Amino acid sequence: MSEHEPDLLNVAPGQPHDSLLSETLSYVVGLGLALLLTGISFWVASTTSLWGPGVATGLVVLAIAQMGVHLVFFLHITSGPDNTNNVLALAFGVLIVFLVMIGTIWIMAHMNANMSASPELMNLQMQH
Amino acid sequence: MSTISEAPTIGLTHGSSEDTGLGHRGPESKSIVVPYGFWLFVLSDMVLFSALFASYATLVHATDGGPATNQLFDRNLVAIETVALLLSSFVCGLAMIAAKRGHMALTQAWLVITGLLGLVFLGIELFEFGKMIGEGAGPQRSAFLSAFFTLVGCHGAHVTAGLMWLGTMMAQIWAKGFRQDIVRRLLCFSVFWHALDIIWVAIFTIVYLIGTL
Repeated sequence: MSEHEPDLLNVAPGQPHDSLLSETLSYVVGLGLALLLTGISFWVASTTSLWGPGVATGLVVLAIAQMGVHLVFFLHITSGPDNTNNVLALAFGVLIVFLVMIGTIWIMAHMNANMSASPELMNLQMQH
Repeated sequence: MSTISEAPTIGLTHGSSEDTGLGHRGPESKSIVVPYGFWLFVLSDMVLFSALFASYATLVHATDGGPATNQLFDRNLVAIETVALLLSSFVCGLAMIAAKRGHMALTQAWLVITGLLGLVFLGIELFEFGKMIGEGAGPQRSAFLSAFFTLVGCHGAHVTAGLMWLGTMMAQIWAKGFRQDIVRRLLCFSVFWHALDIIWVAIFTIVYLIGTL
């Protein structure tokens, strides 16, 4: 496809990342955002000035945001038309991941709640 | 066809063409199909980890009277691990930029730093595991600890495999130069390494931070 091209990674989308500066900048921005989100996560987990019950949810949201940063700035998943296949594969992967995780947690929590005939039995189950 | 840019991007891409990939031009070139296939593998690896996360979330309170999450984990160590792995991922990206331009010394230097930061991460993780097992909180103590060691240990095993792969790639670049097939392998490695960092984000949030609230 590009025999005479000197580039070694002709796997790129049409994204304008062909200069040293803009490519490096992509990683630097990604690193900055990831460090920022990580810092906020650790701060949110340690501070007492936030509403306690909401902290866990906030942490999950921060983690998902950071994963998005990694996908865009490190793995270069873009919304361009030439990236459609990557995005579709990713979407399918995310679907399966959420089905497995939410499905399991949901069902197992309900089984725990509905099958607690006696506290002793419950304890026996939980302690294995 | 000559407008294809050079960014180290994964996956099935089509340059400047509106073609769907299997049209009049035939199948895409290897440099496009190989990273796409590897991307599918990485996604399936994430599905594997989702099952481990699900079992961890189910078993996290099944401590059998043993130590619970907030008695075991040290947030400072986790913060160092997190920063080490994040910087490792970043430096791996710099190595890809250098590799694309065929800069041998710079590529090898960045890859060495990538590996050293990975070793820092792995060393801290093994130290933590050793400390926990020494305190009688090994994987056989309770269902929670079995799930913990399976989940975090599986990630650690991936990092170990990644480090061995990294060493292999450095040797291959050194011996064979920036050949097309070698650079494809290096690209797959970088995708693998970035993906491990994504999984670590989920681990440090769900296991360590939420576990020590």
